[in-house]
Amino acid sequence: MTIDLKTVKHISKLARISTDEKKANKLANDLNSIFKFIEALNELDTEKVEPLTSVADTKLRLREDKFEANNIRDKILKNSPDENKDYFVVPKVVE
Amino acid sequence: MSDITKLSLNELIQNIRNKKLSSTEITNSFIERSEKSKKLNTYVTDNFSSALEAAKIFDEKPNMDLKLPGIPIAVKDLFCTNGVRTTAGSNILNNFIPPYESTVTQSMWDEGAILLGKLNCDEFAMGSSNETSFFGNVQNPIGENLVPGGSSGGSSAALAANLTPVTIGTDTGGSIRQPASFTGTVGLKPTYGSCSRYGIVAFASSLDQAGPMSQNVKDAALLLEVISKFDNKDSTSIVFKRNKYSSELTNNIKGLKIGIPNEYRVEGMPKEIEDLWKKGIEIIKDCGAEIVDISLPTTKYALPTYYIVAPAEASSNLARYDGVKYGFRSEGENLIDMYEKTRSEGFGEEVKRRILIGTYVLSSGYYDAYYLKAQKVRQLIKKDFDNVYNNVDAILTPSTPSSAFKIGEKTDDPVSMYLNDIFTVPVNLAGLPGISIPAGIDNKGFPLGLQIIGKPFDEQTILNIAYSMEEKINFKNNITDWWM
Repeated sequence: MTIDLKTVKHISKLARISTDEKKANKLANDLNSIFKFIEALNELDTEKVEPLTSVADTKLRLREDKFEANNIRDKILKNSPDENKDYFVVPKVVE
Repeated sequence: MSDITKLSLNELIQNIRNKKLSSTEITNSFIERSEKSKKLNTYVTDNFSSALEAAKIFDEKPNMDLKLPGIPIAVKDLFCTNGVRTTAGSNILNNFIPPYESTVTQSMWDEGAILLGKLNCDEFAMGSSNETSFFGNVQNPIGENLVPGGSSGGSSAALAANLTPVTIGTDTGGSIRQPASFTGTVGLKPTYGSCSRYGIVAFASSLDQAGPMSQNVKDAALLLEVISKFDNKDSTSIVFKRNKYSSELTNNIKGLKIGIPNEYRVEGMPKEIEDLWKKGIEIIKDCGAEIVDISLPTTKYALPTYYIVAPAEASSNLARYDGVKYGFRSEGENLIDMYEKTRSEGFGEEVKRRILIGTYVLSSGYYDAYYLKAQKVRQLIKKDFDNVYNNVDAILTPSTPSSAFKIGEKTDDPVSMYLNDIFTVPVNLAGLPGISIPAGIDNKGFPLGLQIIGKPFDEQTILNIAYSMEEKINFKNNITDWWM
């Protein structure tokens, strides 16, 4: 199968990455060569194989619902890209 | 002492314990050498002045019972360090200062180690040559304009150039073992679940593991002992009996059975690598272990499987970089426009490529054909290893299909770059421990590594085999300080 320009634009949209025409063309080429390589998997019959989701044979642990973090609210806010005091700032969402 | 930076980790510790050297002297030496080695571009962020202060505090009241007493160590810039910038080699995290510490680095500081700085790496650990870093290429100290491998390329280069006595990297598909092989150093990827992933910038969560990189096997054993710990903060951390890897290290491997997988004789593999592998087999026999021919039939499907599983997980993990709470933001006309511009400008080409592959294989209509298929093949790959481990204790393979290549040589062809990890990727998919040790040089004089793959949780056996082989190989890196 081949990945065309339309598909590249569609998945770019899904991934929230803006892509111009020139880059989309290059990406389509790259993705096609990668998927050609990936298609070797079709040689294998996996009809009856269980998918492996994790190699770590563990069950998720439950823990007490208690507060552990130190008071790092200000440090967290300091990393936000827009100037603020008590909250994260984003472009206007609701008109 | 003139050549402090050339001492191994264990030698430095010995010198500190018997008071021949102070932490300040050692830290100073590594800082001085690092300052003179800027051309290698190994550091993204240095922590030199804080390191000197910490060394001074250590020297005032030295605690010699610690495992890494006053030892300065630089780490891959993928580990979150409290109050010290952590970039993952990406523009999108260019100004990120973590408000917390990764468990693995915390374990090192708890044992007396001192943060020397943050080392360059491929962007979000995606790459095999350190060429995808926002902060530029790293030079391999082995020779000018050679890649140091990747993604832990700043780590391997800094280690080989004696800018840090040991270091830690992360390995998702070979990112510790391949750069170790390219720089004539030792690199170990532990069993999945051994070392906590808490505070490591995530790439592919079902594959990522942190591990030690060092000048020799004994140093790797000691550092592994420090960082391999159960951690409640990582839901995939596993409780198992961990060895005292350094004190239990032995060169007695008599009677062990070592498998040689037929399928690793890949087409087009240089003869020198085939020869190196044969040399490794002879050395193992010399050590009194037994060689067993084995078959891992699904080997050739490992890379295609990896290039579905890893990008799928990455596309999900990297969805958090949206320009809202931290990191780089590009202004847009509205919220969606802001997201799209931020991610387009904040991520480099390889990262975007992998996010798109991941988005595609997880998207409606393609999930079963790609992602589910890959998870099924991953099961077969793991079963192959399970089967052979009924008969052998460990497996010996080359670490990489070539020695270090030139900067720029493979950047235009993603698939040829991906082939670098052909021998290391199966180990991550099966969650096994693997170690690369320097074993020889090719006709250009560049180092080549051999990989020993172990059973799950049996790091001790691969360390013992590596230790026995190291003694007989007696590899010496030929580094001329050409960059100074």
